[in-house]
Amino acid sequence: MNDSEKRPAAGKPGPGDRIRAVFRTFALWELLRGLRVTLGNFFRRKVTLRYPEEKAPQSPRFRGLHALRRYANGEERCIACKLCEAVCPALAITIESEVREDGTRRASRYDIDLFKCVYCGFCEEACPVDAIVETRIHEYHMEHRGENILTRERLLEIGDRYEEQIAADRSADASYR
Amino acid sequence: MTELLSTWLDFLPPEAVGALIDLVAILAVTVVVILCVAYATYLERKVIGFMQLRQGPNRVGFRGLLQPFADVLKLLVKEIVIPGRANRWLFLTAPVLALVPALAAWAVVPLFPGFAVADLNAGLLYLLAMTSLGIYGIILAGWASNSKYALLGAMRSAAQMVAYEIAMGFALVGVLMAAGSLNLGDIVEKQAGGVGNWFVLPLLPLFLVYFISGIAETNRAPFDVAEGESEIVAGFHVEYGGATFAMFFLAEYANMILIATLTAVLFLGGWDSPFAGLIDRQWPVVGILAAPGLFWLAAKTFLFLFVFLWLRATFPRYRYDQIMRLGWKVFIPVTLVWIGVEAVLSVLDMGPFK
Amino acid sequence: MQQIPEIFPLILFYGWSGMLIAAAVGVITARNPVHSVLLLVLCFVISAAIWLLLRAEFLAVALVLVYVGAVMVLLLFVVMMLDINVERMREGLTRYAPLGVLVGLLLAAQLSSVWWLRRSGLEIAAPADTLVFEEGNTQALGTLLYTEHLYAFEIAGYILLLAIIGAITLTLRRRKGLRVQQVSEQVAVRPESRVRLVRMPVEKDE
Repeated sequence: MNDSEKRPAAGKPGPGDRIRAVFRTFALWELLRGLRVTLGNFFRRKVTLRYPEEKAPQSPRFRGLHALRRYANGEERCIACKLCEAVCPALAITIESEVREDGTRRASRYDIDLFKCVYCGFCEEACPVDAIVETRIHEYHMEHRGENILTRERLLEIGDRYEEQIAADRSADASYR
Repeated sequence: MTELLSTWLDFLPPEAVGALIDLVAILAVTVVVILCVAYATYLERKVIGFMQLRQGPNRVGFRGLLQPFADVLKLLVKEIVIPGRANRWLFLTAPVLALVPALAAWAVVPLFPGFAVADLNAGLLYLLAMTSLGIYGIILAGWASNSKYALLGAMRSAAQMVAYEIAMGFALVGVLMAAGSLNLGDIVEKQAGGVGNWFVLPLLPLFLVYFISGIAETNRAPFDVAEGESEIVAGFHVEYGGATFAMFFLAEYANMILIATLTAVLFLGGWDSPFAGLIDRQWPVVGILAAPGLFWLAAKTFLFLFVFLWLRATFPRYRYDQIMRLGWKVFIPVTLVWIGVEAVLSVLDMGPFK
Repeated sequence: MQQIPEIFPLILFYGWSGMLIAAAVGVITARNPVHSVLLLVLCFVISAAIWLLLRAEFLAVALVLVYVGAVMVLLLFVVMMLDINVERMREGLTRYAPLGVLVGLLLAAQLSSVWWLRRSGLEIAAPADTLVFEEGNTQALGTLLYTEHLYAFEIAGYILLLAIIGAITLTLRRRKGLRVQQVSEQVAVRPESRVRLVRMPVEKDE
């Protein structure tokens, strides 16, 4: 048996429904209900942040601009193992390695293309020596072509400047890792 | 003030003084309307922002109060791009044709007791004529742009405005039957004496039809199919930028304020105070509230302007065939029925129509 | 108003008349049909202005309202939709020119006959001033239309109504099998008739 045959009254409004609908239509009932919602919102507290003055709270896990860290003695951590380069899903990292005078392997080139980077944080996860990290910095810009490539020197410089915050964030998150 | 000017300028012939006074009045009203338009845009962004739990513009000046001027400056210094195969002359004329009727209609609006730039006897007809002229700017903009979206927008708005003009005209017929005059000043005088004498209550259906048709006539949401940014980009003014776009913008908002003012004038007693019947003018302090004046007209206009923005923040856009259905099959019959009721009642000397 | 020098309205009248004639010539000579329509609109507006000079404000405003505000909009609408071949239009000009000249001559003859008859002393058209009553042009027209010329007015109204109904019946076509939206039904519907809550026995795996 067809479903619509079973319930003939389904779609068809009866005369009572029609009279009720006429009254509701001409009283603009539905419209007034809608207007009440927006008027209620008009007087509610606004949720917008006034950005430069007010900022949303940031997690210590925030993944922003990249940095290369150093050990406390000033030696750079990166050993050019290229794990980050391998794991990077966006192929944003380029590393070239060489042997330094003291016989250790170091990166002679460590470039991150910020236009390719998707800020997934895999490089940070892959790094065995916690060298490459993503900092909380997210308000940065470029003014010239080529500035989108973060070189090893610039990454180290960022790391040096924000080491305090980077270290604090890592230790805050350490117990969850 | 008129006498003062005539004594100052008595070296001129009296006709010249009269013309000068008219010119000053025209300039004053135009400047005030344009300033109101500027702040109507600010109000719109604030009100819609607030209804969407946002702040609205708050960067330029205290709480964004200088935002309109920043916008104007931006629009005026932008380049006007004329599409390659557009009809250049009409393309540049269209914004003017949209703006002029929008401002010209203000001539007959009575702003405070005894003042309208032109106290025309056929003021109501003049208003209808002016509001119906605004359509040329839109149609020509759409056609001269030589763009499909613009043409579609122009077509939609033309059909819509022609349809709603009829309902609007019938609503006005109801008002002039109740007032017995085509002069807007007389219509306001007729409603003097508090809320009870206003035309809103006896002409409630016409009031609603008039205001809603006004929204449709100005191509505002939810009747903004002529712009329809989600379907036809920006409709008739896609190809316009800079100062030419600013003129369309100005025309739209001037029309919006005009409709709000007219609704106040025709149905809510214009400059008349809502407390006129309740409070005696002679009473100390509160007596001022009963005095008629520009303030009350401005307050009522603001109320309707707010409703304009409130509606825009609330309702989704009408589908085109539904707009046509509402105009032709709902509003026109409703107004006709109410005019009939009004006519019968006034012939029988019954109810509010005496 | 009386203090305005006599010369001023005269200047306005001749200025506007000149513009009116220029615009009218433009209507038939413009290459672009849209330009023609717009020039026609200009003609109407100038005629309205000239009527205002005669203090016939109702007629002036009605002209703008009806012709400029409604009729010409629809005409413009149609002209814009048509892709008119200008070359073929040009060909027509010479072919229809004799007919046009004939119609023009006929009009001129009619107008001059009125002028000539009036000069010979017959009162066939009252001067415009008598229409301007104390209470204004609108009321004067209304009084005349609804008293003296009531029958003619009503008959004209009915003819127009019939024309509207005729036009609609001629063009209205109902195709069979169309799925048309029934707004009144949609509005009148209740949630209960759209959604049915059913109790189903729990299905078990075999």
